[in-house]
Amino acid sequence: MLPEQTSPRPLIKGGRQIEDQWLRHDDETAPAEGKAIVRLDVWLASDRRDSLAPWLPSDTELDAETIAALREAPLVAIDFPKFTDGRGYSVARVLRERHAFTGEIRALGDVLIDQLVYMKRCGFDAWSLREDQIVEDALNAFNAFSRHYQVSIDNPEPMFLRRQREACAHQPEPALA
Amino acid sequence: MYRYDNHDQTLVEERVEQFRDQMRRYLEGKISDEEFLPLRVQNGLYVQRYAPMLRIAIPYGMLASYQLRKLGEIAARYDRGYGHFTTRTNLQLNWPKLEDVPDILAELATVQMHAIQTSGNDIRNTTTDQFSGIAGDEEVDPRPWCELIRQWSTFHPEFFYLPRKFKIAVTGASDDRAAIQVHDVGLRLWRDDAGEVRVKVLVGGGLGRTPMIGETICEDLPWQHLLTYLEAIVRVYNQFGRRDNKFKARIKILTKALGVDEMRRRVEEEWAHLKDGPQTLNQQAIDEMASHFVEPPRREIDASDIESYEALRRNNRAFARFVTNNVTDHKVSGYKAVTLSLKRSSQSPGDVTSEQMAAIADLADDYSFGELRVTHEQNLVLTDVAVDQIEELWHKLDELGLANPTVGTLADLICCPGGDYCALANAKSIPVAQAIQERFESLDFLYDLGPLDLNISGCMNACGHHHVGHIGILGVDKKGEEYYQISLGGSQGNEASLGKILGPSFFREDVPGVIDKVLQVYVGERQPDETFIDTYRRIGLKPFKEFVYAA
Ligand code: SF4
Repeated sequence: MLPEQTSPRPLIKGGRQIEDQWLRHDDETAPAEGKAIVRLDVWLASDRRDSLAPWLPSDTELDAETIAALREAPLVAIDFPKFTDGRGYSVARVLRERHAFTGEIRALGDVLIDQLVYMKRCGFDAWSLREDQIVEDALNAFNAFSRHYQVSIDNPEPMFLRRQREACAHQPEPALA
Repeated sequence: MYRYDNHDQTLVEERVEQFRDQMRRYLEGKISDEEFLPLRVQNGLYVQRYAPMLRIAIPYGMLASYQLRKLGEIAARYDRGYGHFTTRTNLQLNWPKLEDVPDILAELATVQMHAIQTSGNDIRNTTTDQFSGIAGDEEVDPRPWCELIRQWSTFHPEFFYLPRKFKIAVTGASDDRAAIQVHDVGLRLWRDDAGEVRVKVLVGGGLGRTPMIGETICEDLPWQHLLTYLEAIVRVYNQFGRRDNKFKARIKILTKALGVDEMRRRVEEEWAHLKDGPQTLNQQAIDEMASHFVEPPRREIDASDIESYEALRRNNRAFARFVTNNVTDHKVSGYKAVTLSLKRSSQSPGDVTSEQMAAIADLADDYSFGELRVTHEQNLVLTDVAVDQIEELWHKLDELGLANPTVGTLADLICCPGGDYCALANAKSIPVAQAIQERFESLDFLYDLGPLDLNISGCMNACGHHHVGHIGILGVDKKGEEYYQISLGGSQGNEASLGKILGPSFFREDVPGVIDKVLQVYVGERQPDETFIDTYRRIGLKPFKEFVYAA
């Protein structure tokens, strides 16, 4: 887990940097006032559900009760304790695909430029970047790929179906030599 | 051979630019070494003992002549004029410059090649039977399925940061030449009574520090569900595989810890949500993929040509030796598959020079419809050679030093790059391979020994598959000194088994002598027509051990 956050980190949402209203708190109690992203258990126990939001650890196993509660959250954050911990990708994807979660899913923690594009494809739509990351490079990194082979949150059609659709619509593009 | 369409081509080109930008930011100091590591290995780039190493993907071992020619050019221009074929049927360049790598990747993209996911904690290059499409015992051609898996796994956004690497092997033949039992996932394609393709799915096999044989998680998956089922397996692994200890992070450890029944339950639970979703395959997707792997325009071969080939084989001993060892039967009469041996004591096992690559590409054009296969035994195969051309091809291969008639024998050993190149090595492996090849040079002796797999790895990572060698050699480090541990009784294929350690390890210079003693026991104990592995299975480790360690 990263050190407690004291000042806002660069927040990316909707293809640009925006002002972050939310501070992360890892304490066992919620702050008395102000918007804060707190531990899931703290959030579940609090009655400030609109000005507090939960963060989920990467090993979260979502049960029905938690899912129902999360629907009320202003946003759900998923923690990346280390950028190489890939569990958060599955957590986000399951939230979106299986539980039809439509609110903000924010990546928190060791969030680096070169993972953003894959996080987006798994359903994240907001990123609290680690302080040292360069926002301009981060915004560029989203444009790495113009198409995808497999189904993902931003691509409901796998490549084999896209090819079939395109072959119907017009002559297929010729295979390259 | 799969040919890229506009989508595939765009994706590899976009990947090159993505990596070029990452490399630029790394060289400018904007990405730390630690954070660059996963990015570069996801593009096959290692920083090795003496220089970077670039591992280029050869998806399921299929290579076109124009691709091999380009690989030869790249090795000449950016490296020291040679490359190394690995047991995962990839090609490694040992001396590229770090800053050249984006340009090398751009060159590769011009011939529909890349280095995507040849390393890293992601889904790696899928491997298959080197005789797929031509084997007589094949029920289902695995290649279209391999390509579907390649596309599904390429840039899979959820699975770039798995606990560890993830390897899939596929076979569609009754004789398993793809070692599916020692992969994270092994797939056996078969046909049910209605002629529909079904998939037997094994999970949790693997070599490395804790070798294990995979267990069956599903016997008869209908083909439509292949991708969703794989996705369920990898998701369960991503979420529950251990991340606290990299030696316990492979799916085999998770499978073992949960037990295969619990593993199956979790996979099926996950799959229930994915099943019948948009990644469910349809017939058109299979047909479209299969249309890339059509039968080449073979000609009718006259019975008289077959007869002259057989006659030559009877009358020319050297030719007969080559045919017996390096030529494999084909499902089409009059055609054969010819294995080019990359095993000779003058070059490291699996190494090929740029000139050889160019020459082999020409031979593929002239004799085998411009296609080749790379085998996990680190050889190359021309799969469609007409019998009336085999003699000519044999002479040309001989001139190139690629006609060693020793495929499948002790001299055809598998060997990882080891301490000469690899930063992880405990010990060198290539000098051991060469010492063994030099000691056992006599063809008569090699043939008398019969089929024998000798596999060498320079460390526990087992890139040289030492556990499944009939004789396995593993480099170990004891207080900074290089030693070699020998195991016996491993095997791959349908009756896969893991070798047992003979006893305390040996100095490098003693290894050929120890192998000699092991072979003496075999020769002394064997019954008529009994192979090494059969003798071992009958008599066990003890007689070998007693003789080798006798004072
Ligand atoms: S087995 Fe070890 S020494 Fe050999 S290539 Fe693999 S990691 Fe390197």
